[in-house]
Amino acid sequence: MELGGIIAYLTSLAILAGIYAVFTLGLNIQWGYTGLFNIGIAGFFCIGAYTSALITTPMPSGVYAQYVRQLFGWNFPFVFGIIGSALVCGFIAFLVGIPTLKLREDYLAITTIGIAETIRLIFNNEPWLANGPRGLMGLPQPFQDLIDPRYYHYLYLIIVLMILMIIYLAIERAIRSPWGRVLRAIREDEISTEMSGKNVFFFKMQSLVIGSMIMGIGGALYAHYTKAISPDVFTPLYGTFIIWVMLMVGGSGNNKGAILGAFVTWGIWIGSKFLTDLLPHTLKARAPYIRFLLIGILLEIILVYRPQGLLGEEKKVSKMIDEEGQRGH
Amino acid sequence: MAELLVYGIVFGSIIALGSIGLSLIFGILRFANFAHGDMMTAGAYVALFLVSGFFNWLGIPDSNLGPLSFGWRMVIAIPISMIAIGMLAIFLDHILYQPLRKKRSSNVLLAMAALGASFMIQMVVLILWGADSLFYRPGVLRPALELPFEIKIRPDQLFIIVIVFLSIIVLHLFLKYTQMGKAMRATADHPELARITGIDTRRIIRWTWGIGGAMAALGGILYGIDVQLHPGMGWGFLLPLFAATILGGIGNLVGALIGALVMGVVQQISTAFLLPTYKPAVEFLIMILILLLRPQGIFGGRS
Repeated sequence: MELGGIIAYLTSLAILAGIYAVFTLGLNIQWGYTGLFNIGIAGFFCIGAYTSALITTPMPSGVYAQYVRQLFGWNFPFVFGIIGSALVCGFIAFLVGIPTLKLREDYLAITTIGIAETIRLIFNNEPWLANGPRGLMGLPQPFQDLIDPRYYHYLYLIIVLMILMIIYLAIERAIRSPWGRVLRAIREDEISTEMSGKNVFFFKMQSLVIGSMIMGIGGALYAHYTKAISPDVFTPLYGTFIIWVMLMVGGSGNNKGAILGAFVTWGIWIGSKFLTDLLPHTLKARAPYIRFLLIGILLEIILVYRPQGLLGEEKKVSKMIDEEGQRGH
Repeated sequence: MAELLVYGIVFGSIIALGSIGLSLIFGILRFANFAHGDMMTAGAYVALFLVSGFFNWLGIPDSNLGPLSFGWRMVIAIPISMIAIGMLAIFLDHILYQPLRKKRSSNVLLAMAALGASFMIQMVVLILWGADSLFYRPGVLRPALELPFEIKIRPDQLFIIVIVFLSIIVLHLFLKYTQMGKAMRATADHPELARITGIDTRRIIRWTWGIGGAMAALGGILYGIDVQLHPGMGWGFLLPLFAATILGGIGNLVGALIGALVMGVVQQISTAFLLPTYKPAVEFLIMILILLLRPQGIFGGRS
């Protein structure tokens, strides 16, 4: 591969890692700061991707309409897709939160698994919604007319990184506010937080909804990068598990860690492909499973030996407190 | 409708083998074992290895037992696989959950470790057997028996119901009358008090995993006999397993049994109105209803 090819390859890796970083930031609000155990990320991933696809594609017409069915097609610009994805995911998260956030954390976990599976089933079995198992293709890309298609991925990388940066700065800001400290208080001790007069349910709901909205944005970014989506993309492995590993590797409760974890884990995931390429021919078909097994082992090692991840949590999140944890003057 | 009811009882009794173990582990170790469905998968595939690989190599004959679709090989494979998965569960506890408990990690981290274990078991199955659906014995289905009310049931399915209820009675007698069983119930009720009374909680934990794993393996094998083997089957069991456990009340074993039967029957009956592929969605809906209306379960349990 000559240099141009390598750069193009690295760019595609960086785009996907950047999109995954959006997800880890969303998960970090829920898990890292509030302690909410969401293992149905794939569901929000799926909803985010499909919502944006429906909003930005035109309604199929002519011969095409015989092969592709979708609920609506508004042909709106990309920005509306992103906003729509966030809103729909936030609404679904709100519905999930109602029965679960007052109960112990395992119930949220199992409910999110359920919602993710149900969403995938609906998209698979209801062709009128978004073309069933065949999914949607030919999604538009933002500013695609401005630049030679050969170089488009550089532009998309910039778009992804800019959105990632905006989300990162917004979360950093929010987490350093009194609001963020309530979330961390809930994570550490719900009962004391409740006794301090905070409405724990309401704060947990905000955390769940905002985190899921960010996941929706991630889903939209993914959809417009690959330009084609179908329900089988949003499996528990690619849609949930790897994102959890990313956050745990980077360090939950640390936004820089969340982003770092996404890039490092995606690097390990891609790098492991070079390892499995060395396997004998008969085993190659099963190489992805071997790679996922390695990722699973990585998660368990992190959980047992380094639960704080690479960066660990930032203990100090208020500028009113100095390094020793004393109140400033 | 009567037929759907019977099929529901068959599936429900398979799920019961998992949900009772899950409830036992939930009650004694206090975390959600997300790997429970995949322990069922692992049990089914270990039996597959024995029946169609190892015993073939040993030269054990494999003629059918009466009207059933399997023979002596399966009869020997079932206890071996149950022991193997019981040991796998104890091994996982030793390398994963015990270190986490020692560090006083929160129960959510243990649940996450279990989620990791779930995916790892699934990957090992995929590496060894591939992604296709498999059968213990490819070939024609045995003719179904005709029961009153136009119920058709395969001999295998009758066997499943009988085996499940026998094993549940054995478990019940074990918990009720043996020293170990009593100690397990005491630990589930109040772990600190049990420790003070001199109960060796580490031994209790090993037995809990062993029993939970063995029952899960049996459930997986029976599902394999009834339907087929698939690497993702355990992940699919998670929703009915947890719904049954929550419905019956966490730590309540009779509740877990009844919860599983209810889940099995309701999801089968739903196929009269909905696409069968929507079964998981129906299970999910029931679970949401339970969480909204009676999160402590019908028969009460630990909240």
